[in-house]
Amino acid sequence: MAKNDVKLLGAWPSPYVLRARVALNIKSVKYEFLEETMAPKSELLLQSNPVYKKIPVLIHGDKPICESQVIVQYIDEAWTSGPSILPSDPCDRAIHRFWAVYLDETWFPTMKSLLVVQAEERKPLMDQLSEGIVLLEEAFGKCSKGKAFFGGDGIGFLDIVFGCFLGWLRVSEKITGLKLLDEAKTPKLVKWAESFCADAAVKGIMPETDKLLEFARVLAAKRREAPPKN
Amino acid sequence: MAEEILLFGAWGSPFSRRVEMALKLKGIEYKYIEEDITNKSPSLLKYNPVHKKIPVLVHNGKPVAESLVILEYIDETWKDSPILSKDPYERANARFWAKFIDEKCLSAIFKACWGEEKEHEKAVEEASELLQFLENELKEKRYFGGETVGLLDIAANIIGYWLGVFEEASGAELLTREKFPKLCNWANEFVSVSAIKENLPPRDKLIAYLRNRFGVGTTSK
Repeated sequence: MAKNDVKLLGAWPSPYVLRARVALNIKSVKYEFLEETMAPKSELLLQSNPVYKKIPVLIHGDKPICESQVIVQYIDEAWTSGPSILPSDPCDRAIHRFWAVYLDETWFPTMKSLLVVQAEERKPLMDQLSEGIVLLEEAFGKCSKGKAFFGGDGIGFLDIVFGCFLGWLRVSEKITGLKLLDEAKTPKLVKWAESFCADAAVKGIMPETDKLLEFARVLAAKRREAPPKN
Repeated sequence: MAEEILLFGAWGSPFSRRVEMALKLKGIEYKYIEEDITNKSPSLLKYNPVHKKIPVLVHNGKPVAESLVILEYIDETWKDSPILSKDPYERANARFWAKFIDEKCLSAIFKACWGEEKEHEKAVEEASELLQFLENELKEKRYFGGETVGLLDIAANIIGYWLGVFEEASGAELLTREKFPKLCNWANEFVSVSAIKENLPPRDKLIAYLRNRFGVGTTSK
């Protein structure tokens, strides 16, 4: 398949974009990566994602697909040779999807807040995240059934949804000095994180934590400089 | 093996009704348990400990939560009368718009109906922009799913029925025939489908509940 048949609009710091890239790698799909500067947003981005104007956008032929979880499922269904990303059993699929919703709607928004609130406001957020991570540790036990990933032997949907946020999770830990993944409390997830980052589909495209940290600092500085929006 | 299908729901909830609509479309028998969300049952807390919310589908003892996740589970488990296309792009499209409805539309509609008065005009404008996306997505199709009701139609039950009820309860005007002719036609078609019609909460009861809970709205007629 021609490389320019598949394009991915993205930006290197985005964990959502990373999800799409990992999925494409799992399926050995060749694609053209178009780095978006986001300020200003390109014509292509505005045209292909008029609803949200956000990355990632996967463009397959002339068809745009938006929203990272939708993109990952699309990749799984459009390229059927190569390993499956969603599990085959409907019950397992529902479990992966349930936790994926939990992560994107509950856990990650709280983690992101941690990066922007004042130090004294962090404790209640950390408590929420700690409770959540215990649930995820339990979920991992049930989903993995003793294997390396939520998806079993290989990376699956929930691995991608969760794993692609590991860089930002580590940035949160560095900025706050508080541990989210902990040998004592979440030993399985600590091991899983290592396995995920070392996987061939992930290694080489997962941004380095130091680079993300620098990016976060630049963003925070810009936010402080910018006049308050009314 | 005898199948046991339980659904924990709430009569007025569009999320809960989505699941009933899908089960009905596929001719699946189930046992319905009405939950009082002010006094949640131990079963609900057991089956959805993370969110403690309805709907929860319990299939042979295994719980599934989150209405859109449940819809996909139903479609994958009972293959008759599919609600999702086999085509990956069409599936992606349905999922995208279903998420759009839940993430953006509901809160915007709510704000337009029961938000602060000084924000009312802006709220109506924002909700209208979102409805316009759905109007455009419908194109010339009878249903979002094409010739038959699909996952996106079911997810859009909020637009197809609840929106009209919100409008009547609050006095707000959003889904006008003038601005959204296709969506209005679709809404009529949608609520006429028997599997859907049988699963709509009674209008008067819902209006009374909404007014009681949220007040009479920013624009009283």
